[in-house]
Amino acid sequence: MNLHEYQAKGLFANYGLPVSEGYAVDTADEAVAAAQKIGGERWVVKVQVHAGGRGKAGGVKLADSLDDIRACAEHWIGKNLVTIQTDENGQPVSKIYVESCTDIDRELYLSAVIDRGSRRVVFMASTEGGVEIEQVAEETPEKILRASIDPAVGAQPYQGRELAFKLGLEGQQIRQFTNLFMGLSKLFEECDCSLLEINPLVVTSDGDIHCLDAKINIDGNALYRQPAIAEMNDPSQEDEREAQAAEFSLNYVALEGNIGCMVNGAGLAMGTMDLVKLHGGNPANFLDVGGGATKEAVAEAFKIILSDSAVRAVLINIFGGIVSCATIAEGIIGAVQEVGVEVPVVVRFEGNNSALGRQTLADSGLNIIPGDSLVDAVEKAVAAAGGQA
Amino acid sequence: MSILINKDTKVICQGFTGSQGTLHSEQALAYGTQLVGGVTPGKGGSSHLGLPVFDTVAEAVAATGATASVIYVPASFCKDSILEALNAGIELIVCITEGIPTLDMLAVKARLEQSGARMVGPNCPGVITPGECKIGIMPGDIHLPGKVGIVSRSGTLTYEAVKQTTDRGFGQSSCVGIGGDPIPGSHFIDVLELFEQGPATEAIVMVGEIGGNAEEEAAAYIKANVTKPVVGYIAGVTAPPGKRMGHAGAIIAGGKGTADDKFAALQDAGVRTVRSLAEIGDALAEVTGWS
Repeated sequence: MNLHEYQAKGLFANYGLPVSEGYAVDTADEAVAAAQKIGGERWVVKVQVHAGGRGKAGGVKLADSLDDIRACAEHWIGKNLVTIQTDENGQPVSKIYVESCTDIDRELYLSAVIDRGSRRVVFMASTEGGVEIEQVAEETPEKILRASIDPAVGAQPYQGRELAFKLGLEGQQIRQFTNLFMGLSKLFEECDCSLLEINPLVVTSDGDIHCLDAKINIDGNALYRQPAIAEMNDPSQEDEREAQAAEFSLNYVALEGNIGCMVNGAGLAMGTMDLVKLHGGNPANFLDVGGGATKEAVAEAFKIILSDSAVRAVLINIFGGIVSCATIAEGIIGAVQEVGVEVPVVVRFEGNNSALGRQTLADSGLNIIPGDSLVDAVEKAVAAAGGQA
Repeated sequence: MSILINKDTKVICQGFTGSQGTLHSEQALAYGTQLVGGVTPGKGGSSHLGLPVFDTVAEAVAATGATASVIYVPASFCKDSILEALNAGIELIVCITEGIPTLDMLAVKARLEQSGARMVGPNCPGVITPGECKIGIMPGDIHLPGKVGIVSRSGTLTYEAVKQTTDRGFGQSSCVGIGGDPIPGSHFIDVLELFEQGPATEAIVMVGEIGGNAEEEAAAYIKANVTKPVVGYIAGVTAPPGKRMGHAGAIIAGGKGTADDKFAALQDAGVRTVRSLAEIGDALAEVTGWS
């Protein structure tokens, strides 16, 4: 789960980490009031969306007057921001963040991720702040410093000091950076983060370490024990169908094609999409109905797949392990009748009770096309969707 | 010899009396697995499915001599259950549960590496040695005792590979679902090493998917250490970057972990790769000369 910048900075503030005074607001009036509360003569107004590249897309503005703030808020609230990381429609802006302006001397980079290779939380720091870290990693990998956290003892201050000295920090900055490092490590663990990134981390013109931006991703598997953070979820930033699917514990990812896919198991769902592509079609989605595909889940899956108007055919691929294909057949029949499916539906059953499942579908009188094998089903679905998309 | 488990492996079940534990224990018993008891704290001394229930894993091990444990407890209790099994001296821990927090697995993995015990999973179908022992949720009847070792990150894709090797009469020596999480207890390399050493395995099928670099590490291992023929398949060629495809570990992040990179690494290691999951059996026949 992704957090907005203002939510991430709120968590930073809870851990005593250096962030600017700022307020997330919903209206232009509130934006002006926030600036007045902060005081001073310059502010930064930042559009709150779940996407990077906001600055280049015009979503971050330096404001010299309250009129600027009002204009920026009126311009963005209710609109969509398109950045290099969003699709062509962009992400809806419902909140903007108004914060005090920071005078910058140097820009640095600091992040922490769960590194799958070393099975550790790893911090990465660089003197190359403000730019895409992937680019730094690609072009000048020697400029990325690392500190690996031992899960048995946690982060140690010396690791923070090592990074601080290598970044060329000095004087009070060493202690400030080490405190930040230790605080972030605590936050990472206590809030079940999967990613934490500060880009840029800056040295202010007064010589202080300061977090100018903040990005946090939370491990979705841990939300059950992070109720306060789970509350921060903003479904408006997700694909509408993906959010709807999540409510029914279905895994759905929208794609560009026209063959809707319904599959049990994440790996097989990906493999089915790949087969569709290999046979000249284009998958409209990834959808894992899960192991216990009930009639309700199948009906909901149909609704979500068919809410994509590009879909010309639906391919259902079930390898019955514990779940019986006969049960799923009844689910499909019920769902087709309830939802009113008008596009061709191709079904491939294998495994547990597959013969009975096929018979049940055949006896239903519904126009459901049986696939004799995996490849046969895929070819029939591609043909039903009108060949190559 | 099969790998990890055989007809003599004594197995206990943690979360024995719950709905998942009960369902899959019944099926394991029907398959012939030497399931010797289970653990549900507070129900020690009672009996379930005709087997003794214990309060702790240590008591279960002492009373039954079990060396393997299968875990069906909810995700929020898994770290505790795995560490309890480790502490009780269980040699093989199979964790089926999906949804364990990643930081819990980091802590578990660190303890596993110190202990010398093996863990398979989480978020996996389990391990089976066909005709001998089934630990997990896979359907037993699609398997056939035989000579192909199968290792996979995905449950239903494993079943596809199993079916194709059964249909052709090759059968399976053992099948190991290492699971779809970013921090698995066992990696491809751990299982490949066992297949290479185990005489029952004559060829290997490796099923990977997008995310992480376990397939690339496996490819390097195969190149240096594996002499048996290997067929490799990777799911997720059409997966868009930055999206989690069902499994917690199936995500292309920062341009890394793509199916194309993994296919290329496996090909470079001399693995016979297939772009179609329907061609695993054909490719096996081709690389082994079996008919």
